[in-house]
Amino acid sequence: MSECLLDVSDLSMRFGGLLAVDQMALKIRPGEIVSMIGPNGAGKTTVFNCLTGFYQATGGSVQYKGQAIEKVPGYKIARLGIVRTFQNVRLFKGMTVLENLLVAQHRHLNTGLLAGLFKTPGYRRSEEKAMARSEFWLDKVGLTEFANREAGNLAYGQQRRLEIARCMVTQPELLMLDEPAAGLNPNETAELDQLISDLRRDHGVTVLLIEHDMKLVMDISDRIYVINQGRPLASGVPEDIRNNPEVIRAYLGEG
Amino acid sequence: MKSLRYTPAVLSAVVLLVLTSLMMGVRLEPSGVGLKVSLADPSSLFWIAAGVAVVFFFQLFRAPIDQGLSGIKQQLPSINAAKLIKATEKKEAKTLLICFAVAGLMIWPFFVSRGAVDLATLALIYVMLGLGLNIVVGLAGLLDLGYVGFYAVGAYSYALLNQYLGLDFWSSLVLGGFLAAFFGFILGFPVLRLRGDYLAIVTLGFGEIIRILLNNWTTLTGGPNGISQIPKPTLFGLEFGRRAKEEGNVPFHEYFGIDYSSEYKVIFLYILAVLLVIATLFVINRLLRMPIGRAWEALREDDIACRSLGLNPTAIKLSAFTIGAAFAGFAGTFFAARQGFISPESFTFIESAIILAIVVLGGMGSQVGVILAAVIMTVLPEFAREFQEYRMLMFGLMMVCMMVWRPEGLMPMKRPHIKTKSSRSESGSPVKTASLAESV
Amino acid sequence: MGDSGFYLIQQLLNGLTIGSTYALIAIGYTMVYGIIGMINFAHGEIYMIGSYIAFAVLAALAMMGIDSVSLMLVSAFVISIIITSTYGYAVERVAYRPLRNSNRLIALISAIGMSIFLQNYVRLAQGSRDIAMPGMISGGWTFGPEEGFHATVSYMQLIIFAVTFIAMTALTLFISRSKMGRACRACAEDLGMTGLLGINTHQIISITFVIGAALAAVAGVLLGMYYGVINPHIGFMAGLKAFTAAVLGGIGSIPGAVLGGLILGVTEAFTAGYFSTEYKDVVAFSLLVLILLFRPSGILGKPEVEKV
Repeated sequence: MSECLLDVSDLSMRFGGLLAVDQMALKIRPGEIVSMIGPNGAGKTTVFNCLTGFYQATGGSVQYKGQAIEKVPGYKIARLGIVRTFQNVRLFKGMTVLENLLVAQHRHLNTGLLAGLFKTPGYRRSEEKAMARSEFWLDKVGLTEFANREAGNLAYGQQRRLEIARCMVTQPELLMLDEPAAGLNPNETAELDQLISDLRRDHGVTVLLIEHDMKLVMDISDRIYVINQGRPLASGVPEDIRNNPEVIRAYLGEG
Repeated sequence: MKSLRYTPAVLSAVVLLVLTSLMMGVRLEPSGVGLKVSLADPSSLFWIAAGVAVVFFFQLFRAPIDQGLSGIKQQLPSINAAKLIKATEKKEAKTLLICFAVAGLMIWPFFVSRGAVDLATLALIYVMLGLGLNIVVGLAGLLDLGYVGFYAVGAYSYALLNQYLGLDFWSSLVLGGFLAAFFGFILGFPVLRLRGDYLAIVTLGFGEIIRILLNNWTTLTGGPNGISQIPKPTLFGLEFGRRAKEEGNVPFHEYFGIDYSSEYKVIFLYILAVLLVIATLFVINRLLRMPIGRAWEALREDDIACRSLGLNPTAIKLSAFTIGAAFAGFAGTFFAARQGFISPESFTFIESAIILAIVVLGGMGSQVGVILAAVIMTVLPEFAREFQEYRMLMFGLMMVCMMVWRPEGLMPMKRPHIKTKSSRSESGSPVKTASLAESV
Repeated sequence: MGDSGFYLIQQLLNGLTIGSTYALIAIGYTMVYGIIGMINFAHGEIYMIGSYIAFAVLAALAMMGIDSVSLMLVSAFVISIIITSTYGYAVERVAYRPLRNSNRLIALISAIGMSIFLQNYVRLAQGSRDIAMPGMISGGWTFGPEEGFHATVSYMQLIIFAVTFIAMTALTLFISRSKMGRACRACAEDLGMTGLLGINTHQIISITFVIGAALAAVAGVLLGMYYGVINPHIGFMAGLKAFTAAVLGGIGSIPGAVLGGLILGVTEAFTAGYFSTEYKDVVAFSLLVLILLFRPSGILGKPEVEKV
């Protein structure tokens, strides 16, 4: 499966006696939008944490473009092009919106100490580029007028959009969104739907999504993985998942 | 009256009475081989009574007092903010202001007493230390309680390099900064993986270890006796003593053909301190607007988010720690040169606490605040000599009060305002693209 | 067994003596950390205040002509525990409770401020010089060869072992059997949840500080009488050592604090006995650094899982 962008097999995560993720498998091809759904506590976020290096998986393998990354620390995984958002937004709350976007581009910038102290031409160019990219994404998510506002003072929906923009300025290949629609009203959810489609179409990003909003998931996903109690339950195109009796049982309870 | 709260009032008064009874209320005195305890002197008893009364009435009228206070609290920041914004709105005005301030700082010592200039020099050392620690604590959010250790490294570097290798102040200044940074790097490397509060204690431990080593490595450092006769800085080789210490050197006053005065030396040290502070400010202000400075603050805000974006927390922490240590090293070298004598006494934990208090009082992350706080903390105790006794008591109390009521400090840090292209085109003012980098 | 064997036993005994008092102080750190996750930096000063109160009581009783050692001891313990606990309560109330929901750094700075304040408060009230008291309990039990080195257990050391043991047992019973103790354990598991269940968490936190301070007072009385000399600065170092002990054993774990205290005490005694007294503090700090680097959860602590 060389055409896979991300290939996860047999992923397991054990916390003491609790097996939070068990034999999880996941394949994502470039340019896809793939969703992971499942009841609360099914282990979706734990999978995210294992994939992005915040947890060391206790078993299984994660291949990103053919490279094993299950033992790579989180910040290096991000540098490979896998960037994520968090279930409860994690912005740099005390910093301005613009600063949030500039920080995210850290690894693309000229971080030389002397270059910055003496403001060499190379340094200026790299800063200008970062500004330009930030402004582009500010415009894209409709936050231009708030550029100098502290991120913590934004409305919730705006914070969610800023978090996505902050991922995008890092120029990722795989964007992982953890419940991006949580706490949004229907209008905002529709905008989010549009934004995610745009990201793939215009910027060639592959998206892995955890979401509870079924309308959003069914609308947008190419394929869906269902997890229950840490185990893969089903996978397939939205239509199959919608009609899968096992999935319905997992969501609505036994009987 | 419903708003009078008798029970908490009586309870608080009793608690305070219990607290003070066997501490402030009595006095332990040695008598012969034994120990004698007697009632404290009347003034202490008076203070206990006064304290109990204040607490009682404060708790009794708590509700109305709280209302009044919240009213005042709302007014306070608005005054500050308005003034600050006005002063810094125009870039030209700001530059002009800075020029005047620097000129004033340079001319001022020629008109005042030697003691005042000397005190100002000391205040400037604390400004430098405060600014340096501000990088570590205020920007990167790493509580470093062993900062004084790097200050000691700087001071001892100069003293030892001079004593054993005969290096002069200027080369030692550079080396002292580098050595302190090196220490910061070596010590920081293992400990920066630790969580915030552990880091605080471990750095405290390191600070103490450095001091204990200086105290006990008698053959090298002179132990508790310290090192004396550290030469003062020279101006392009000109010494400020009455006679040149080194063969072939000419004292400053002979070179310029003026009468000898010990004031020249004091003023020279002062001007040197001003220049060092200006250099420190320049570097820190640049750093703040550089990727590394932004990364420090991002790390303070949320290190998990940092990792998810590809920032290496350890490397960023290490850079803050190392650069902060370098400034302590510079300050230490200058301190050794100014005192002419150093001993481990000057580098106790209390010193670290004072520097931390400066950062906290001024406002974590705020340059202006830290400068102001350093000046207040050094100059105020000198004005009121009786106050000296109570200095540390007040520092401690102030740290608690600031954290409870105003954790952002006297002058909270202002976020840099960066103009975006679109906002400029909206306001219609044509701006060259070149100035973009200026403002970033 | 030759001289060296008895010398070793002597060091071990001295180490265990100091170690038990470290353990008493360390419990205060570990309980507070277990519940609200902050380092009570002022805890060392609380111990120092306990020593001062004990000295004041003992001196007062001696001046009144009371010469029953047991009566003096008991009153020193009781009064010191009462007043010192009040300090523990007041410190939490004034400096920590308003900061319950703020950043850890803020609370820690407040705690450092409180520590500086208390140290200087005692300095101003009682002067910064050493205050010495003649030993009340002398003598001991000597064993070893007729000639050469004797190992001695002083009666004071035996009292320290006994009192520490009693205090630990009382604490264990309180935590495991009483209703309040159960609430304490619940808070340590999940403070927010316990609050939702209708338990007054403020009260439980206050009680934790009071218990910690009471144990620190016990340590203060014991160590004050053991060394016979106190000054306002003893709290700083003792606090650091006790904190090291708490981390060594695994912060949050009470048995860990005891174990950590004993290990630290013995390590220090051996350093002082075989190497040099000057460097015993360096060894203690190095131990702290090494433990934090290689096993931050300590000997008996649970590893923390980072919440993403």
